Amino acid sequence: MTHPDQPPAMSGATHDYVTVTVGEALFGLPIARVHDVFKPASVTPVPLAPPEVVGLLNLRGRVVTALCLRRRLGLAPSTSGESGMAVGLEQGGETFGLIVDGVGEVLRLTRDSFEPVPPNLDARWRRLALGVHRLDTKLLVVLHVDALLAFEPAAQAA
Amino acid sequence: MDDLLREFLTETAEHLDTVDAELVRFERDPTEAAVLRNVFRLVHTIKGTCGFLGLPRLEALAHAAETLMDRFRDGLPATSEAVTLVLATLDRLKQILNALAVAGTEPPGEDADLIDALESMATGQVTMTGAEAVAAGWSASAERVPVSSSVEPAAALDELAAAFWAASGPDAVTLPSPVPGPVAATPETEPGATKAQTLRVNVDTLEHLMTMVSELVLTRNQLLEIARTSEDDAYKVPLQRLSQVTAELQDGVMRTRMQPIGNAWQKLPRVVRDLSSELGKQIELVMSGAETELDRQVLEVIKDPLTHMVRNSADHGLEGTQARIAAGKPARGTIRLSAYHEGGTITIEIADDGKGLDLMAIRRKAVERGLASQDAVERMPDAQVAKFIFDAGFSTAAAVTAVSGRGVGMDVVKSNIETIGGVIDIATEAGRGTTFTIKIPLTLAIVAALIVRAGADRFALPQVAVLELVRVGARSAQTVERINGAPVLRLRDRLLPVVPLAGALGLDAPVPDDAFVVVAEVGRQRFGILVDEVFHTEEIVVKPMSAKLRSIPLFAGNTILGDGTVVLIVDPNGVAATVSAETRQADVDATPDGSAADGTAARYLVFRSGNDLRAVPLSLVTRLETVAAERIEWLGENPVLQYRGRLMRLVPAEAGMAVRRAGSQDLLVFSAGERPTGLLVDGIVDIVSEESEVEVTSRRPGILGTLVLRGRATDLVDVGHVLSLSDGTSPLPATSGPRPDPIALAA
Repeated sequence: MTHPDQPPAMSGATHDYVTVTVGEALFGLPIARVHDVFKPASVTPVPLAPPEVVGLLNLRGRVVTALCLRRRLGLAPSTSGESGMAVGLEQGGETFGLIVDGVGEVLRLTRDSFEPVPPNLDARWRRLALGVHRLDTKLLVVLHVDALLAFEPAAQAA
Repeated sequence: MDDLLREFLTETAEHLDTVDAELVRFERDPTEAAVLRNVFRLVHTIKGTCGFLGLPRLEALAHAAETLMDRFRDGLPATSEAVTLVLATLDRLKQILNALAVAGTEPPGEDADLIDALESMATGQVTMTGAEAVAAGWSASAERVPVSSSVEPAAALDELAAAFWAASGPDAVTLPSPVPGPVAATPETEPGATKAQTLRVNVDTLEHLMTMVSELVLTRNQLLEIARTSEDDAYKVPLQRLSQVTAELQDGVMRTRMQPIGNAWQKLPRVVRDLSSELGKQIELVMSGAETELDRQVLEVIKDPLTHMVRNSADHGLEGTQARIAAGKPARGTIRLSAYHEGGTITIEIADDGKGLDLMAIRRKAVERGLASQDAVERMPDAQVAKFIFDAGFSTAAAVTAVSGRGVGMDVVKSNIETIGGVIDIATEAGRGTTFTIKIPLTLAIVAALIVRAGADRFALPQVAVLELVRVGARSAQTVERINGAPVLRLRDRLLPVVPLAGALGLDAPVPDDAFVVVAEVGRQRFGILVDEVFHTEEIVVKPMSAKLRSIPLFAGNTILGDGTVVLIVDPNGVAATVSAETRQADVDATPDGSAADGTAARYLVFRSGNDLRAVPLSLVTRLETVAAERIEWLGENPVLQYRGRLMRLVPAEAGMAVRRAGSQDLLVFSAGERPTGLLVDGIVDIVSEESEVEVTSRRPGILGTLVLRGRATDLVDVGHVLSLSDGTSPLPATSGPRPDPIALAA
């Protein structure tokens, strides 16, 4: 079995992505890593936490650490004022909620449309992306889930 | 039957079952050295414990079995005959144990048959038939089939049965009756009181149950919250029932995790006995409250610290016999270990009646190690000085003995206790002994917490650290004052450092008019946490912080409240750390260069002397005291006070001032220099913060000048002069000179 994060090795093999949007950009998350899609409600901010961490929220009795994909990608805060959607990701027995502007359909894509990460991409993005799928009208950046969650833990508070 | 014996029975029964199973495995695969090692260790443990408890029959049998197994380790082939013999020995052990459980003493009887067989097997003179007959006879008569394995025992029994029939009949060793009649019958009717009532459950299973119950409690809380605002009565009754059942379930599951603290103490009498002979001291260990229950997770964490502390008490706390007699104490030293419940916490005390801590040595050592300045150490109350022993690598013991100083220090003890949200305290009295008090939560999973608000969010503060709540602000009697920007609260004539929670968390919140100070205590450190609002106390289920957030020292975890909101649990230890961090920061800021940073307001303590108002820079005052006038003693013309075990000179604020002979006397304590000095005043008026220049340079001795404070002319007292009156040294440089800089005074 291929690693869920890895793009399909063989030409012709397909891979399913949950698509999410942040501003105008379209991203794909390997479907095997996505446990949930939910609307984040009443996020409790965590003082002194890394900037990527929006806070903690209650997902059916579980405490989920909410991460902002915008901040993770170094983008400006959303201007729409809407709280967006959250995608539940699991890592090391913990659940994280990735806050995005919107969640779209699930796409089944083949290797044919896959390209490696263009070298002129922002270094931060290059670390977080596995590659790019050429869609008819847009480009879909495939996100590397483990890299997304591998942000720096909170610095020791002064 | 005493607890030690009961625990031994339960433990040994378990051990024997394990040995049964392991031995059978070993027989099947003799190359597995690990299995043999395991079996050998278990039997060895049984033997050791029997010796300790004074059970000669069991000890002799276990010893013989151990000898044989030792030969296995040396390479003697583990023939099935040999293994059978060992198993038969185990069965005999179990029978004796059963009788022991019933009668409380070892049944009379003879085990020479088995011991001889074991010994001859070990020395290689195998009288096979005899051994087998003994083995087979005993095994067949054993009513209990080992339960540990479903396949092996059956096979073993078949083998034994065969061996039994193969044994030559009449000339086989006659079996003496090692167990008296009534006891022999007991295994069937009372199959080991030690075994039947307990069931070993995997810890993971219990943990999982606990998690599920915690979730249930949260869901119940949410339902109750909804029901409170709902008009529909139809489901109120079943909800009530659900609530009740949930509470009982929670209680029940919690209880499965509870163990008497005595489990952590079982080995201590032995430890103390050994130490007693090793150190040549007579020591008595008195234990009370061993039945006090606490969560097994907590128990595991405190087991080693407790043992360490008892060793410490025996080694460092108690004097040698000669010294005790010389001091007029009973030759036998006592270590008292006690435990009791107190609210949602358990308190454990380890007290010795030894010589007490050498506080002078600790002060000296603290200065040597650069932990505090000479000046600070002198000013420190004894209780705080004692706490230095919790610093890493801090030992005042002249010699590190074999008993103590084995790498586990009091710092480890302290950090172990703190990791489970506990606090440790120390009280010591010279010549009378030292008492350590440990306060720990009963369980780590559910704690009582105070729900507070700081800025826009709510936080949970574990109740265990909270001493009291003080309302502060414009509409109450108390206010939080600032010394050079550092907030403090006057609490019963003591200054309490205050940490604004919002500030510690880096929240940008306006200071509210009305607020609360949560007075908290961590170890001996007492401080206030300033919060905007206090709601209520709630039993919360502690959930660990995400791995990404665990490095924030201010949080101990998080929880979901009844209304479904996630709140962060503030770690009082983390807040305590910021208190001293900020103190250090304040010290840096207070250097003359940084003095302008926070305005030029200086703080003065205003007091009354006759009809005049006098002021001293607050920063020079160590403490405010009110003492009963009777306590003031006179050495000729000079009043003195016994203060913290030392003699303190008292100086009247004004020459000719009448020292009170009855009632109470207010005094200001200054500690600059070697000795404290008390300034007698007629009354403490206030603490005033004002940007005020010293206006008139005084020519009067003891007065530096005059200030206008709150619109009133107030004399500024020359503290250096006061101190020089007391000990004859020259006035302090900081306060001498005709025009002192008030900022430097306040620094």
